[in-house]
Amino acid sequence: MTDLLSISDLERSEVEQLLDLTDHFVEVSARPIPKVPALRGKTVVSLFYEDSTRTRLSFETAAKRLSADTMNFSVSTSSVSKGESLRDTALAIEAMGIDCIVVRHRSAGVPWQLTHWLNSAVINAGDGWHEHPTQALLDCYTLRQRRGSLDGLRIAIVGDVKHSRVARSDITAFTRLGAEVVVVAPPTLLPPAIETYPVTVSHDLDAVIPTVDAVYVLRMQQERMTEALLPSLREYTATYGLTNERAERLDDDAVVMHPGPMNRGVEIEGDVADLERSVIVDQVRNGVAVRMAVLFLLLGSGSDLLAVPEAEA
Amino acid sequence: MTADPTYVIKGGRLVDATGIRSGDVVIGADGTIVAVGPDLDAARTLDAAGCVVSPGFVDIHSHLRQPGREEAETVETGARGAAVGGYTCILAMPNTTPAIDSAGVAREVLDLGRAAPCDVRTSGAITVDRAGERLAPMAELAALGVRVFTDDGTGVQDNLLMRRAMEYAVGLGVTLAQHCEDDALCSGGHMHEGEWSSRLGIAGQPAEAEELMVMRDIALARLTGCRVHFQHLSTQGSLAMIAGAKAGGLPVTCEATTHHFTLTDANCATYDPMFKVNPPLRTDDDVAAVKAGIAEGTVDCIATDHAPHAPDTKHQPFDDAPPGMLGLETALALALTELDLEVDRVVGLLSWKPAAIIGVDDRHGLPVAEGNPANLCVFDPEEEWVVDGVSLQSRSRNTPYQGRRVRGRVRHTILEGDPTVIDREPVQ
Repeated sequence: MTDLLSISDLERSEVEQLLDLTDHFVEVSARPIPKVPALRGKTVVSLFYEDSTRTRLSFETAAKRLSADTMNFSVSTSSVSKGESLRDTALAIEAMGIDCIVVRHRSAGVPWQLTHWLNSAVINAGDGWHEHPTQALLDCYTLRQRRGSLDGLRIAIVGDVKHSRVARSDITAFTRLGAEVVVVAPPTLLPPAIETYPVTVSHDLDAVIPTVDAVYVLRMQQERMTEALLPSLREYTATYGLTNERAERLDDDAVVMHPGPMNRGVEIEGDVADLERSVIVDQVRNGVAVRMAVLFLLLGSGSDLLAVPEAEA
Repeated sequence: MTADPTYVIKGGRLVDATGIRSGDVVIGADGTIVAVGPDLDAARTLDAAGCVVSPGFVDIHSHLRQPGREEAETVETGARGAAVGGYTCILAMPNTTPAIDSAGVAREVLDLGRAAPCDVRTSGAITVDRAGERLAPMAELAALGVRVFTDDGTGVQDNLLMRRAMEYAVGLGVTLAQHCEDDALCSGGHMHEGEWSSRLGIAGQPAEAEELMVMRDIALARLTGCRVHFQHLSTQGSLAMIAGAKAGGLPVTCEATTHHFTLTDANCATYDPMFKVNPPLRTDDDVAAVKAGIAEGTVDCIATDHAPHAPDTKHQPFDDAPPGMLGLETALALALTELDLEVDRVVGLLSWKPAAIIGVDDRHGLPVAEGNPANLCVFDPEEEWVVDGVSLQSRSRNTPYQGRRVRGRVRHTILEGDPTVIDREPVQ
């Protein structure tokens, strides 16, 4: 693996290897001094063209716990606003001598374009509506942590699948690890050709709720209202929101997930996020360890992967 | 016969609307063909052994970018690329800056064209600044010889305005050409809407956005009697409607571009903006329909939609990159390589058929016969070559065919008796 662009590029065994490695970094993160020298001397740049506090912080924390140097390319003060091409920006950053670019962009495909121009490792931290592979990995890790395995689980992904990179990556990751996925959304929020995805489709959340082991609630964005995709947020909450009433009808062991940031009161009712069955905070916590595993796999020595951090323990 | 013979095109196979035969062609100093027959000689010889000698090609859809975006292309460089592609006449699209929506801008383009190695004609915008709000001064433009009006790059969205444009065009005896896309339905889209756009997370432009406007303009052609030419049709549904309109006797014509019969939306999977174009690359089924439309005659001609863009503009995210691709220098080869057609059919689609649509058939697309203007193309239908953007004449490099092996290459091009290309090289 030289880049992490898409979950689709990973075989099931590779995803499992990453999750196993994540176990190790969860352990590292729990230490009094949660830091190992694995990536000492490596430089990781965050190139975020789109605001994202938590993903950027998560990657930076992960890189720092591995002793990598981190740099931040800030879009507001950069040459991007001066009309510099994506390629020129990327070449300039690489010329500073870096090992890895973590890129977030509102346009799908930007991480792929970077790999054509750069030698550094590229990690996709979210490209448009397309993919968010580390989110999918941390979601799989969190589910595995809670349920042991994804094999045979039935997972509902609820909400704006059409515009969601999280949904696209999760559908691939969950099904690759043996889960069954049902997407629940109004037809206006489903991607074209949904019948070509390895999912079943429902427009009836109430019917789906008692049948699933996990409900993955997607963020509902206010701007969807202006595009006439929905009559109102109120109607959305009434038909597709994870209300207390719906959460109560979930199976005892079923978990509630959300990629954040949440709109409490819109796609998820205030209290539901704080229930014991909610693993939303676990997702964030595991995100750091998953990203440590990804950075380590891409930038580490490559041989005897688990030995390096242990030597420091 | 008073002119002094200056060139003889020797050893070729003559292909024109009258058929296929062998013969040498002598071109006089006055720029006309002065003799056609066996074993002719003249002061200078253009070797055509193994080649087809045909009327020069006519591209009715070229973006020459001048005035306004000379870093991408100029009338001169566009015309030089056209000559290398075998063209003797090209029709400039009006989406320049400023738009070709007034006599002043049209005159500038035509003046630049006079020094260029191709007969450069211009279209005019249907609406002022191509903004779709009020009619451009079509009579003023028609007086300069403009015969085709289009807002290409966008379609005229307003139904009533389009009706008025068609009615007005009837009075001028000109043709309206439409870029068919319903903007609202395409809103935010950057590629064909379907399985690939869904998977790639790119907002889509549904086939129906094109088809709705085709349907509307067929209805308006029926209402007004205006001659309507449909530009770069790309979907199965559009072609079916055109076939129906033609069967119903309506005065409609349409073109297909080379990219719409050679590439599909799957090409966008690399996120390379070289494959971004409007209307977008469609599905395998649409490609098959375009090819069938060409074979069956629903499609009247092949056009390039030659759309140069400076390299840095294609070094942007797919969403941000401008749509469009080069076409003038690869059209013949792609048609010969990808269409399963006899060579005379291909020549017709590139030459006399488009010439008739834009009204230049008094000088272009004419038979290779004594007395006709020597606007000719000599090409080897079997020569194989590999497309390389860097070696093209355009100021831009945005060919989607980089590295592709194709068959058929222009050897010489003759414009009004003067070679513009000899042995594949432009005459400087």
